[in-house]
Amino acid sequence: MLDRRNFVLSAGALVLASTLPLAAVAQDAAKIGFVYVSPIGDAGWTFQHDEARKELEASLGTKIETRYVENVTEGADAERVIREFAASGSKIVFATSFGYMNYVERVAKQFPNVTFMHATGYKSGKNFGNYNARFYEGRYLNGVIAGKMSKSNIIGYVAAFPIPEVLQGINALTLGARSVNPNIEVRVIWTNSWYDPGKEREAAMTLISQGADMLTQHTDSTAVVQAAEERGVHAFGYHSDMSKYGPKAHLTATTHHWGDFYIKTVSEVLAGTWKPENVWGGFKEDMIRLAPLNPAVPGDVKTMVEELSAKLKAGTFHPFTGPVVDQAGTERLAAGAVIDDATLGKMDYFVQGVASRLPSK
Amino acid sequence: MDGNLITAMLFATVVAGTPLIITALGLLVNEKAGVLNLGSEGMMAIGAVVAFAVTHHSGSPWLGAGAGMLAGVAVSLLFGFLALTLQANQVASGLALAIFGVGLSAFIGKPYESIALKAVPPVRVPFISDIPVIGEALYNQQAMVYLSWALFWGVLWFMYRSRAGLVLRSVGESPASAHSIGFSVIGIRYLAVMFGGAMAGLGGAFVSVFYTPMWVEGLVAGRGWIALALVVFATWRPLRVMVGAYLFGGVMILQLFVQGSGLQIDFPAQFLSSLPYWATIIVLVVISRKLSSIRLNSPASLGKPYRPDA
Repeated sequence: MLDRRNFVLSAGALVLASTLPLAAVAQDAAKIGFVYVSPIGDAGWTFQHDEARKELEASLGTKIETRYVENVTEGADAERVIREFAASGSKIVFATSFGYMNYVERVAKQFPNVTFMHATGYKSGKNFGNYNARFYEGRYLNGVIAGKMSKSNIIGYVAAFPIPEVLQGINALTLGARSVNPNIEVRVIWTNSWYDPGKEREAAMTLISQGADMLTQHTDSTAVVQAAEERGVHAFGYHSDMSKYGPKAHLTATTHHWGDFYIKTVSEVLAGTWKPENVWGGFKEDMIRLAPLNPAVPGDVKTMVEELSAKLKAGTFHPFTGPVVDQAGTERLAAGAVIDDATLGKMDYFVQGVASRLPSK
Repeated sequence: MDGNLITAMLFATVVAGTPLIITALGLLVNEKAGVLNLGSEGMMAIGAVVAFAVTHHSGSPWLGAGAGMLAGVAVSLLFGFLALTLQANQVASGLALAIFGVGLSAFIGKPYESIALKAVPPVRVPFISDIPVIGEALYNQQAMVYLSWALFWGVLWFMYRSRAGLVLRSVGESPASAHSIGFSVIGIRYLAVMFGGAMAGLGGAFVSVFYTPMWVEGLVAGRGWIALALVVFATWRPLRVMVGAYLFGGVMILQLFVQGSGLQIDFPAQFLSSLPYWATIIVLVVISRKLSSIRLNSPASLGKPYRPDA
């Protein structure tokens, strides 16, 4: 791999390349690197990013050349991979997991000519932007369906880490469910890992045996949907349409679509018009969609969900519209008020209706 | 807490402990013969992926489990060749096998990712499964669970009641003495390594076919290492291995149940996740703390290559 001699050489080559006339460089395909946190597999967070990578290749053709490294843990390994991409002449590096943030920041400072894009973080810089999607919009709709269809009034949620993005999802699902059924209780089990199918399955089984008849997860495997199918309860997929893992169990899924965004970003960088910004797209930008509903979802619920998605697309409805009350009973958002993005991005509480306590920091 | 919940927790505990018991008992026999094979994580991973593939193609979980065992034996022979025939360092060869096995399993498993197997139905033991609370938890289990109990008794009998077990232990204590009275130290060690490999393969097969009927890279998730640690902390005693495995499984399930119950507790989830490791190590160290007992039970020649003089 990359030893010091190689590093010096490639760094030298980079400096050289940047001094060459632009026309000469433009003939070569621009290299674009993707860092994935888990194996691509057949569904999940990384799978959706890789689908988008393929869309990017199909759209820009020979102008670009994409490379990716999968299963990169959120530690020192990540920095090595990001640095290696930057040092070996990549024009853009997409780092697709929250835990890469500080490594991206460090490497971005050392490679001012490379553009870095980091998914789901909050830091940015001159050559370092971040992007995220409003996953919670889909979660709210899942919550509405779960609230209407649950018989036990218990929804089980298998989650990885208590970071704002995950809390937004849990809270949005709870708000959605309680908007149609105020008796709903959401129970959360933390797995402390984005990807540990055995543990995710065990957590799902635990929630089912404690009465949950609606499950969802904020982790990266399909284990929860499979467990739900096996035990005859319902589940909501996440990241990808997971219906093939639980044809009966899977009611719908919140799916991610990064393709258009990747194409836009890469085209802008190549044209030299890119500016660092914080992108946060949802239903309106078509970055978040709802997978086709299971026929088990009753007609009136379906109509309701369709109406809500139309409002989300039009931008006339926000899942976090007050009153939002947290577990302690404190009003976080006054009735009628809509949460602003800065507050949303720092979410650090559970709303009323979540039965589990937020792990202390 | 009602009876159903206790049943569900006991049931899940037994299931979670089973792959550890199977693998750890194999390693115990392996180590009692004086061979330290740190490759159990790799052997489990290979066993898991091969068992999954065979079950997927043949539709028979038992054929899959058998294939997983064979695959475990095959990789353990690789270790045997390095560590016994070539007399390479056992620690280094074992570590290499662990890394190799995990990597190879990911490679073999690529086409099988995201395929789900049918769950294997449990086998109900008549009459005793009707005992309230524990009956449903202990006697309406996967056949592999009963097999792990049979394995426990088998290992216990073999090690302490049979002549072959005595020979095996003598090879682990003093290979030179065993050699001098005419036993083939290398041959016996090969058999022990193969048994260890077979059990690790079976443990892996349990994980991928019976426990979580799916294959994904990293499915074994450190269970091989836990099994290795269990053997050491249990000071090479089968009963303590079993206690440790269920304790580990039990605390893991307990923390999930506590989280899922909505109880208002103020612990970081990270602490809860590490609890099984803490609890198991502390309890096993406490019950095995007598130095004389450690010295008595740990194989004296563990990890030392033996070169028979011609």
